[in-house]
Amino acid sequence: MNIVMEINKKTLIVKLKGELDHHNSETTRNKIDRYFVEKGLDNIILDLTEITFMDSSGIGLIMGRYKNTVSKKGKLIVVNNNSYIDRILKMSGILKIIELYPTLDDAITKL
Amino acid sequence: MENNYMKLEFLSKSNNESFSRVVVAAFAAQLDPTLEEISDIKTAISEAVTNSIIHGYEYGEGMITIESTIKGNEIEIIISDEGKGIGDLDEAMEPFYTSKPNLERSGMGFTVMETFMDTLTVESRESKGTVVKMTKKIKSLPDEER
Repeated sequence: MNIVMEINKKTLIVKLKGELDHHNSETTRNKIDRYFVEKGLDNIILDLTEITFMDSSGIGLIMGRYKNTVSKKGKLIVVNNNSYIDRILKMSGILKIIELYPTLDDAITKL
Repeated sequence: MENNYMKLEFLSKSNNESFSRVVVAAFAAQLDPTLEEISDIKTAISEAVTNSIIHGYEYGEGMITIESTIKGNEIEIIISDEGKGIGDLDEAMEPFYTSKPNLERSGMGFTVMETFMDTLTVESRESKGTVVKMTKKIKSLPDEER
């Protein structure tokens, strides 16, 4: 799992690359949370465009980051255009509470 | 397709999650599945193996066994552990239920297996272990529709 993070005003942009399963979800969420808290940010954009595999551990990771942004009265946005990842996102029901955009540019303009 | 069978045994370590789903996906490849069908199988395996590691063995050391059989165009996958077993199976299989909320688990494991596979049966005995059996028919599509 490769994680690239950048800050855009009060938003943490997280680009994930590789496989998101139980094995690597813990390190991933620790890295995201540390940055989010240290820099005093409010919003997170999770870019899943380059994720090649995701199981329900990924859903847990998204739900956890969503809670963290809500507690800062911020927003969590997911970026994805991969139909396989889309299926598991839809199945989990999290798209009822989380916004999804096909590109990172779309997500940034929607904040 | 000729019938076929394989058996894989490995330690309950989380870095074996990726290894085990890739092995089963490679075995299933002889049925010529679509990319979506392969993803479904990999995801279901990952959920079952993760359950054995987190819940069955509670991060302790144990063996996980995967047996897979190909019969015609159907693949059957049996994932078993000799861990602590599931006390209340009905509760465990409910969407969003997790016995370990502090670990940020979504509680979607069994729901994912049910959705992505055709059939799912779970047998569990406390302090004996859990056996998850799943099947999926691979639809043979003509090459131009792949």
